[in-house]
Amino acid sequence: MAAPEVLREETTTPAPEPYLGPAERHPRQPLVPLALSPGAVELTAPVFGAADVSPLDADLTRQHPGEPIGERVTVSGRVVDGRGRPVRGQLVEVWQANAAGRYTHRLDRHPAPLDPNFTGTGRCLTDDEGRYRFTTIRPGAYPVFPHANVWRPPHVHFSLFGTAFTQRLVTQMYFPGDPLLAHDGVWHSVADPAARRRLVAAYDPGLNDPAAATLGYRWDIVLDGPAATRSEEGRH
Amino acid sequence: MPSSRATPSQTIGPFYGTALPFPGGGDVAPTGHPDAITVHGRVLDGEGVPVPDALLEFWQAAPDGSLTGSPGSLHRDGARFTGFARVPTTGDGHYALRTLPPPEGAPYLALCLFVRGLPRHLFTRVYFRLPEDDALLAALAPERRDTMLAAPEPGGHRTYRFDVRLQGDAETVFLSPTRPFP
Ligand SMILES: [Fe+3]
Repeated sequence: MAAPEVLREETTTPAPEPYLGPAERHPRQPLVPLALSPGAVELTAPVFGAADVSPLDADLTRQHPGEPIGERVTVSGRVVDGRGRPVRGQLVEVWQANAAGRYTHRLDRHPAPLDPNFTGTGRCLTDDEGRYRFTTIRPGAYPVFPHANVWRPPHVHFSLFGTAFTQRLVTQMYFPGDPLLAHDGVWHSVADPAARRRLVAAYDPGLNDPAAATLGYRWDIVLDGPAATRSEEGRH
Repeated sequence: MPSSRATPSQTIGPFYGTALPFPGGGDVAPTGHPDAITVHGRVLDGEGVPVPDALLEFWQAAPDGSLTGSPGSLHRDGARFTGFARVPTTGDGHYALRTLPPPEGAPYLALCLFVRGLPRHLFTRVYFRLPEDDALLAALAPERRDTMLAAPEPGGHRTYRFDVRLQGDAETVFLSPTRPFP
């Protein structure tokens, strides 16, 4: 299910400059295709397990004695490869701002309050169907360059592993219907509008968790890379 | 062709430090292992300025050649070799890793590099000796090839230097899994 309200906003607002980071950090030489090297280390991946992650790590609302401030949400979805096969038992890591838009990171100078009951980092392993699930707080928006009036829409940073090191993915998940998206250069660093929309979660009442008093958001992730496309490469 | 349904990448941003680095992230070699080597260096931008907010991940074969890895990277017990390392750069752009030398059949560390601002991470390799039968290396000019070669540190005990240059004359060779940059 796409988020139609995002489409509407895109057509009424001029797109912002895509944020591509400092120019002096961009390589200039063409990338060398890994396909030159079959049997490469990069076609396998590290593994994680019970030694790495405790089930409690997936609940960001239970890391401190008190309740964090903000709207309680469940964020869940499936991690699959390019052929739709579930990525099982792999590590998913998240980090995010608190409900006021402030990270616990010492370099975050946004003058919004820290929440003593919220750190904003979580981990879990995908289950046999490739599913992950976090209980957390909906993050707030925050200004990146306050003087330039540049704000980030609420988002959750995600880090994922697949079955090949080349499937490694770090990205950001957004919430549906957010008016800040149309102004966000980071979101627009993905040039393809359809691909960009795949970063927006969907509200899914079926994921609401009455016991945890959360609203549910579904966000599925498709990992790219040679593990997903190896047989296609042979057809060139 | 990359999958058209693939979830796109987004910059790692400036605040991953509370979530991704973990204690002992660079200690892949079992404690006290006699074969342990140290690999260290700096990440530099196109102006030669150290990059203080990069994150490096290494993945490699075990000494016996196996690529199955082992759980336990995030809470190391000092005994298991997991094959995976994660180290952030320090304020002066430096990183260090303690690991075991990769085996002959898979003679390099795969390196995935995240840099604040870059919309997508970068892949490269750390070789300790350039093998002659490597198709990927054979396709490169010698001076490009050498950017993936760690140099034994003079005077250092089992210590190698590996700098990553994001741009410029000695730009490191970066590898594409499926699609062009970014
Ligand atoms: Fe952020």
